[in-house]
Amino acid sequence: MATTTAAEPTRRDFLYIATGAAGAIGVALTAWPFLDQMNPSASVLALSSVEFDLSPVQEGQQVTIMWRGKPVFVRRRTQKEIAEARAVPVSSLPDQLARNANLPDTAQATDQDRTIKPEWLILIGICTHLGCIPLDHQGDFGGYLCPCHGSQYDTAGRIRRGPAPENLYVPPYSFLGPTKIKIG
Amino acid sequence: MAGQSTYVPKTGFTRWLDERLPILRLANDTMTTFPTPRNLNFWYSFGGILTFMLAIQIVTGIVLAMHYVPNSTLAFDSVENIMRDVNYGWLLRYMHSNGASFFFLAVYIHIFRGLYYGSYKAPREVLWILGVIIYVLMIATAFLGYVLPWGQMSFWAATVITNLFSSIDQLVPHAGTAITQWLWGGFAVGDPTLNRFFSLHYLLPFIIAGVVVLHIWALHVPGNNNPLGIDVKGPQDTVPFHPYYTVKDAFYLSLFVILYAIVVFYLPNMLVEPDNYVPANPLVTPPEIVPEWYLLPFYAMLRSIPQKLIGVIVLFGALAVPLFVPWLDTSRVRSMRFRPLAKQFFWALVIDCILLGYLGAHRPDAVFPGTGIPMLPFARLGTAYYYAYFLVILPLLGLLETPRPLPATIATSVIGSGVEQVNAPAE
Repeated sequence: MATTTAAEPTRRDFLYIATGAAGAIGVALTAWPFLDQMNPSASVLALSSVEFDLSPVQEGQQVTIMWRGKPVFVRRRTQKEIAEARAVPVSSLPDQLARNANLPDTAQATDQDRTIKPEWLILIGICTHLGCIPLDHQGDFGGYLCPCHGSQYDTAGRIRRGPAPENLYVPPYSFLGPTKIKIG
Repeated sequence: MAGQSTYVPKTGFTRWLDERLPILRLANDTMTTFPTPRNLNFWYSFGGILTFMLAIQIVTGIVLAMHYVPNSTLAFDSVENIMRDVNYGWLLRYMHSNGASFFFLAVYIHIFRGLYYGSYKAPREVLWILGVIIYVLMIATAFLGYVLPWGQMSFWAATVITNLFSSIDQLVPHAGTAITQWLWGGFAVGDPTLNRFFSLHYLLPFIIAGVVVLHIWALHVPGNNNPLGIDVKGPQDTVPFHPYYTVKDAFYLSLFVILYAIVVFYLPNMLVEPDNYVPANPLVTPPEIVPEWYLLPFYAMLRSIPQKLIGVIVLFGALAVPLFVPWLDTSRVRSMRFRPLAKQFFWALVIDCILLGYLGAHRPDAVFPGTGIPMLPFARLGTAYYYAYFLVILPLLGLLETPRPLPATIATSVIGSGVEQVNAPAE
């Protein structure tokens, strides 16, 4: 008799906890598809790389191309712009990381680490503050000026003044030939 | 005040219904015989006006959704189609877009009325908190709706506001970026973003309506506050809601609707940024991105802070701080009619919010026209005062201020001292 009374609540407790646990895990697993459907879909991810011919771009000129729905700046820098960017010590920069998808996260924001070939500055053209498109060849540092909240970037696309916290990002890209790049 | 029902069914059918679903009893007790302080003034008519505006927004919105296409290549043209080709489409859209402005105008008056007469104090804390929640839901709904026409301002407002979440990157690397991509459904604001914003813009007004029901429920438990801020002490202090306040509310609602109609018919684009009649272009940022007028004070706060994450915290904090005002205000006197110092700080807050609204419409590096005085220090000062009002001034004033004497009852204050003796035996 004593064993029966002891076994009865134990079995109930077990079923109670097991049912609750199955319910909780079930709700958590069911919630995931409802959350994950918001993430970029396969068709969006499929448009992940573009190729671009650099040869029409003149020195001192910038063109903008679209990659993953975002503007990418392709800027052919002058020797003066390269020299200006290289003269800045990294220790004086607000953001000292290269933000270069082709290098490790810890790479420093030297001009060398911001480009693959010094002449070609390739950047995601989105201000790291709140996502506006910066205007090229403007601002006190000759690089970029964001018209929304006044962030200023230099000729290597590094943040120098204003509310933006980070340098303009360098997208993953590679040279397919002397004048051809693939972004993504 | 709530609890005892005075409803008596008069016909066989209403008796039959009352035993099965007492819905007529609910309507009677909340909208007809509900005892309401006899001294409510003009400023108390905005609750009814807000209910009316919510209904207008839902009805016009449902009709507009019959013609609108939430697709990034078609949205702008479908709105132009509504404006030019759909029968009375221009009227329905102008009612909806200006309806949002009048909704916010009414809610700001309603909120400041609550702050002035201390309507947030015990026993109405939950009523007040539900009101703040409704206001935050209204902001979210208005922002989502502003994106739908897919003009330049729509697109760039969506970009700037969703990018506020990328500031989380400064706390947890990559987390902010993951959240923004989750919100966008891509790597930038685009078609998936527009589609989900439309879905949520359709959903949120019904959630607002649900919280409004809770808000009115929470109102009907302690009953209305009143301009004197003293408790109702007996039947001599109240009148039935109908016909006294149904008529009063209807009168002021009529005046409000006349003003609304003047804007809809004669000044429909008064409050619209012209840039939103330019189709969205992800490659060109407009010279200046500004939100609708009713969000400008918060935008001024965001733009006055040079650090991204702190700016975002200040922005959202400004919406969160009013949640705590029932406990931050330490004074036992509700109405500012009897608080000579608090009254002055209250009006300074009103002016401060208007000033922040003005500053929010200008770039942070702008100067006051014709003076050369920069605006940025004023935006920072205005932001500081907004926070100080809730976090410093209200807590201290309750301890330092000597309030003026309160009247004994609402009835003696409104009608005269004789009434108390007349009604005293009935108590």
